[in-house]
Amino acid sequence: MFNKACELVKLCTDNNKKIYEIVIEKELQESNISYDQLMDRMKSILDTMKNSASSALDKSVMSVSKLTGGNAKKMQDYTNKGKTVCGEIINSAMAMALSTSEVNASMGRIVAAPTAGASGIIPAAMLTIKERFDLSDEDLIKGLFTASGIGQIIAKNATISGAEGGCQAECGAASAMAAAAIVELAGGDINQSLHAASFALINIMGLVCDPVAGLVEFPCALRNASGVANALLSADLALAGIESLIPFDEVVEAMYKVGKALPESLRETALGGVADTLTGKEVKKRFL
Amino acid sequence: MKNYSVFDILGPVMIGPSSSHTAGAARIGKIARELADDSFHKVTFYLHGSFAKTYKGHGTDKALVAGVLGMDPSDERIKDSIEIAKKNNIHIEFVEEDLGYVHPNTVKILFHYKNRENYYVIGSSIGGGNVVITNINGNEVNFTGDYPTILAKYKDRKGVISEISTILSNNNMNIATMNVTRENNIATMVTELDSPIDERIIEEISAIKEIIYLTAINPIKR
Repeated sequence: MFNKACELVKLCTDNNKKIYEIVIEKELQESNISYDQLMDRMKSILDTMKNSASSALDKSVMSVSKLTGGNAKKMQDYTNKGKTVCGEIINSAMAMALSTSEVNASMGRIVAAPTAGASGIIPAAMLTIKERFDLSDEDLIKGLFTASGIGQIIAKNATISGAEGGCQAECGAASAMAAAAIVELAGGDINQSLHAASFALINIMGLVCDPVAGLVEFPCALRNASGVANALLSADLALAGIESLIPFDEVVEAMYKVGKALPESLRETALGGVADTLTGKEVKKRFL
Repeated sequence: MKNYSVFDILGPVMIGPSSSHTAGAARIGKIARELADDSFHKVTFYLHGSFAKTYKGHGTDKALVAGVLGMDPSDERIKDSIEIAKKNNIHIEFVEEDLGYVHPNTVKILFHYKNRENYYVIGSSIGGGNVVITNINGNEVNFTGDYPTILAKYKDRKGVISEISTILSNNNMNIATMNVTRENNIATMVTELDSPIDERIIEEISAIKEIIYLTAINPIKR
């Protein structure tokens, strides 16, 4: 039905439909499951996300490697004290993103969204917007279809793999997907959703994948926290009426080319970036 | 261009931290268990390449053990699998070993038995939770565990393939892929099917007198 954002825009505009409606229609056309099965399955995705985004907030969760952990709780405790720089919404969103990342590193259950390394961003974004606009689970499920549609466009025309495109492909894709969904849930139109998705990708274009010791922990969890902030800021930029000079399809293409231009050392091999620092290398020695 | 379902983008639901080092490892373990007799008392995991180097940090060890205990990749007990094995009196051993020119994420799983010959399976985790089984007890194979799969060893004779495919077709089963190799008159056949396999079909195929060994697995969940 659609491969590119321009085709999605046309489908939405011609039929006067939201992104999630087109994404659902596409899924029903291309898979052999029923509407009810589709909704049930997305509901179970949302339930897993809710759990992972909250379960490391009130108790410290350590990673299997014991290298990192406990930061989601620190962030939540700090937010609860009320005297933060960015305010409650951003801080609590970051706490939830850290929570899923820590659950992932502790061998807990998460949804790859679109990957395990970037799994904190979309759940935190969805739960933040639920609170902010008093939305129902049904609304959030619509948001997940919208996010998924944007992810399909990125996966199809570029990549969502850190080994192929760096962190911009994983956390960048997750932020773009979340930003578009937030805008739609906040009442924005399809063009505003795509502007938000463009902003999110542009904001971190070129971000490398450099996991210390090859573990999905540092700096991955931090980038999930900044990734959800990126999604929220990008949504507000677009809802304010600011437009991306470069259309989303071209931004995706640019992200792909930048990813291809990254040397292998900066694509998940743990041979560059912060993984290749003095301390990074020392940590690596402990695990090899 | 590949078509992505919404659940390829938001999914799988999995136990972290890594789809290739954790989810894939659990699937290889589970496929191996489905293939092997489950009366084993000890399992040795020979870890190669990246698996050997990073298995502790990624929890690959726990995922593999969970798999041989029969857990799915989304099972929250994965992190306790080594203790669970201990409670069930299954001895677990990890050995770092160079398995030769194989994928960097490869493991050889050796099942030890008291009353029968040991049995091994070699498999690789090739990304995103996808796996390939490449060797069973010295027989080279190539299948993914994504389809219902029948493995057969038989004394080569003209017509055995056609007898097996007739049984499948009489049972309304469509063959997705079929691969046969032969060594010293013994043929190894791997057949992937589109619909689940039941006991009755296995019994029917076992009745072919040339069959030396026959086993089947249904798809291993992601």
